[in-house]
Amino acid sequence: MTTFADQSLEQQIARWREYLRRRQAFHGSDIEELEGHLRDQLTALTEAGLAGEEAFLVAVRRMGSLDALSREFARAHSERLWKQLVIGHDAADESTQAGHTEMLIALGLAVAAALAIKVPALFGLQIDGGDQPFYLRNAGVFVLPLLTAYFIWKRGSGVAGALWLALPLAAGAVFANIYPFRANGDTERLTALHLPITLWLVVGLAYVRNRWFTDGGRMDFVRFSGELAIYYVLIALGGFVLIAFTVMLFASIGMKADWLIGRWLVPCGAAGAVIVGSWLVEAKQSVIENMAPVLTRLFTPLFTVLLLAFLSTLVWTGSPINVERQVLIGFDLLLALVVALVIYAASARDSQTPPDFFDRMQLLLVVSALAVDGVVLAAIAARISEFGFTPNRVAALGENLILLVNLAWTAWLYARFARHRGSFASLERWQVAYLPVYAVWAAIVVIAFPPVFGYR
Amino acid sequence: MDMAKDLVAASATPLVLAILVEGDSYGYAIIKRVAELSGGHLQWTDGMLYPVLHRLERQGLVAAKWSASETGRRRKYYRITKEGRTQLAAQRQQWQVVDGTLRGIWMQACTA
Repeated sequence: MTTFADQSLEQQIARWREYLRRRQAFHGSDIEELEGHLRDQLTALTEAGLAGEEAFLVAVRRMGSLDALSREFARAHSERLWKQLVIGHDAADESTQAGHTEMLIALGLAVAAALAIKVPALFGLQIDGGDQPFYLRNAGVFVLPLLTAYFIWKRGSGVAGALWLALPLAAGAVFANIYPFRANGDTERLTALHLPITLWLVVGLAYVRNRWFTDGGRMDFVRFSGELAIYYVLIALGGFVLIAFTVMLFASIGMKADWLIGRWLVPCGAAGAVIVGSWLVEAKQSVIENMAPVLTRLFTPLFTVLLLAFLSTLVWTGSPINVERQVLIGFDLLLALVVALVIYAASARDSQTPPDFFDRMQLLLVVSALAVDGVVLAAIAARISEFGFTPNRVAALGENLILLVNLAWTAWLYARFARHRGSFASLERWQVAYLPVYAVWAAIVVIAFPPVFGYR
Repeated sequence: MDMAKDLVAASATPLVLAILVEGDSYGYAIIKRVAELSGGHLQWTDGMLYPVLHRLERQGLVAAKWSASETGRRRKYYRITKEGRTQLAAQRQQWQVVDGTLRGIWMQACTA
């Protein structure tokens, strides 16, 4: 296996190697073996009198098509795709060292997150006691800085970038704790709910580094968030099994493990799982099909049918909507879910392809969600005088409005796209451009609501 | 002559094992030897040999070792194992049965 004096031939070999490397089925040592073969073949062909270019074409042709080859390799090594999920890279791969370091850092940060949540306990604040609101308010403050640190390290953002990101995180910690919240008040609960949403934007800035406005960086972050949510649920399921066995084992020797579960397993596990889940999403990137778009495809038709069934029942029976305390929040969540379905369908879509059946289904979903929300808002507007303005209602109304604006414009863009008047890319741009709005509204709720509503 | 795909695939294992009985070898040399032995009639797509070799390695029929080649680059050499020899003997018997049967019927056709 010689190195060829012919520079262009070496370049062609390098390019071919790169093609192989992009396929998941080949590992570092396979590529080396196949490259050795290619070089042997090239030597023989050039000795037989073929010129560099010709020899390369013949040798590559004889090697067979990469598709067929990677299929055969995948079949011979079916375990590989799964192993990569956890190990990240091949043992013989040169990037093993990097993958190993990343695993150590991720696990280190996960442990740090698990410990961070126990630090207040050193000062006598117990999570299962009267200090629970403190923990709820600060949940994001404990974990998200460490997740941000992971991405700062991973993207090599440097000290200046890290300081810029530390600023909003510190501000979040301040606003979670300076206000004299009334015990069990609404504003405190609102802070607990909204602070993580704001801080998630900081994680996003660390995630995309300086690609926020370019290369679909924001869409990548949306994709990451969806995958993380799925991984988090999976890890949580495992956690429940662990907890069930903990209870069972200690109960069998007549001991109650409540304090172990409530003070250690659940909080530490919940904190550490955020980092571990993020690392898994990063490690398995592109190895298997992303899950979020698959779920979207599955549930878009089902939710469309649900909304249409609800609307027609509403019209048929004419029964009024019972606007109770929880209803507005419930409809907010419904709109958020529809936005998520639209975003994740968009994230997996090739924006070049023309509209198909699924796009019309999405348009129908968005329009029916708008109709449902319109009915609800009308019902609330009719009775708003009876309610008065409580922080909960203002927050929920604000969110409803934000999502309504998003969906209305989405429906407009979708309709244009479905009638071949506009491009899908404009819809995608609209969705990612809208992302900061959620974070800004959440920040307003965290910063302004408690003083405005007298900390009640 | 275009050989049927299934036949090429089925004959790959005994061919590779038999070539390795002659001595340790590596991918490129094995393919050259196959072409040589078959007078160029058995043409494999070069790359396809490697999944076969890796599968045999997993089954324990061959063992592999990376060592330096004459040109200085690393090369993966394959060696037949004891299980490989047993497997080869078994396959040889099976192929002989097939070969004998076909021969029998074709001889009859000739003499009839």
